[in-house]
Amino acid sequence: MSKSTVNETIKKQSTPSAGPPLWLLAELTYECPLHCPYCSNPVQMTARENECDTETWLKVLSQGREMGAVQLGFSGGEPLLRKDLEVLVKHASDLGFYTNLITSGIGLTEKRIKALKEAGLDHIQLSFQAANADANDLIGNKRHSFSQKLHIAKLIKQYDYPMVLNFCLTAQNIDAIEEVLELSHELKGDFVELATVQYYGWAHLNRDHLLPSKDQLEQAESKVNAWRDQHNGNGPKFIFVTPDYYETRPKACMNGWGSTFLTVTPDGSALPCHSAKILPLTFPNVQEKSLQEIWHDDFSFNKFRGLDWLPKPCQDCDEKEKDFGGCRCQAYMLTGDMHNTDPVCDKSPHHHLMAEIINDTSPKKQPIFYRDPKTEIPIAVLDSKILNSHPAKSRE
Amino acid sequence: MQKITMNKLYKLQFEKVQDSYVLLFPEGMINLNPSAAEILLQVDGKKSDQDIIKALHLKFPDAPDDLAEDVLDFLRHAQSKEWIHCE
Repeated sequence: MSKSTVNETIKKQSTPSAGPPLWLLAELTYECPLHCPYCSNPVQMTARENECDTETWLKVLSQGREMGAVQLGFSGGEPLLRKDLEVLVKHASDLGFYTNLITSGIGLTEKRIKALKEAGLDHIQLSFQAANADANDLIGNKRHSFSQKLHIAKLIKQYDYPMVLNFCLTAQNIDAIEEVLELSHELKGDFVELATVQYYGWAHLNRDHLLPSKDQLEQAESKVNAWRDQHNGNGPKFIFVTPDYYETRPKACMNGWGSTFLTVTPDGSALPCHSAKILPLTFPNVQEKSLQEIWHDDFSFNKFRGLDWLPKPCQDCDEKEKDFGGCRCQAYMLTGDMHNTDPVCDKSPHHHLMAEIINDTSPKKQPIFYRDPKTEIPIAVLDSKILNSHPAKSRE
Repeated sequence: MQKITMNKLYKLQFEKVQDSYVLLFPEGMINLNPSAAEILLQVDGKKSDQDIIKALHLKFPDAPDDLAEDVLDFLRHAQSKEWIHCE
């Protein structure tokens, strides 16, 4: 056997073959007019002057599509803050992407909705912080944002876009879920994500405050189920996402590392998921390497690809093909080692950590943080006003 | 099923890299097998279920006799998934 054959064999074994990155997430900017304390963006955010320019994004979209990416999310932060959004949407649409705009709606105007339609935008996902003005404006820390969102939701329907509504649920707003269901129905959302917050970025920093009790979650889910029964399949399709802290099996995070998702952050870092930057790994940058090289050959993308890397007890587990050992970021944040089984799994030797978090009744270590310290509405108001209005929260 | 239309939430498209048709919708994708794709390609907002069966017999003269049954099964499935609307 020649040396080159040996090298080739080793290379093949160490880089499991990957299909195309079907989902490309373009995080255009971390800037956002809202300051939600549950934001999943990194706590250390890129300054705007380090954001990729239009040419770089156009190149990334072309390379991604060439590789077979189909779904494209324009996200952030608030992607509407990029003046070149229409140019990027047009290019993506011409390439044949299904284009999704993931937005707070703040800053969207009829003129822009029309221009984005003409550019070929396929779908708009509009976020709400709550289903009433007081709570919505307080959680996002932006006055009058609720009324703006209502206006934008009507325009999205008027311009005939599929509309997904997204409500991030936390201890602060989950008890008012019926109000959320009613508003979604009234606004004629096609799909509604009732997304119980996952604890990454700012949400991890504020977890003590945000995590709903098990009782709150169960009550919310039963109200959603009752609504579905009453409406017999009519109206919006509600998707209830439970937080995995209360589960005994981890989520199949990103459908497996480097299997489906590729995120490009505002500064051009390419990640297997939008939270991965917290891991002690060096990630490549689209300004230095092509997406093709990054996806197939970069060390970071191959690090947890496939099943060979799995630790015990995952390696011997008959469910390893379902969840791929769970979330690397969660393993790192909670156990200190990204190679560990996600502690959500009750087979993990660290699973006791979940119970400690869930049952923690000690006083909160710090006040709740908004994503931006320059808050319009003082933090203390959010801490007392909303939390104290929900005595049902058992951890209080 | 007198008149069958695509649900405008879904977009049918051929994907070169996957060498197959897919149905795209907000943040999601359904892979279609070749038969499913051929049936959905006939959905134009004008044809009935019987028109679609006729069109497929014309396009695939060697198709087996139970083609009609397969088409009707798939259309019912597509309707239950709300990929199509039927009048």
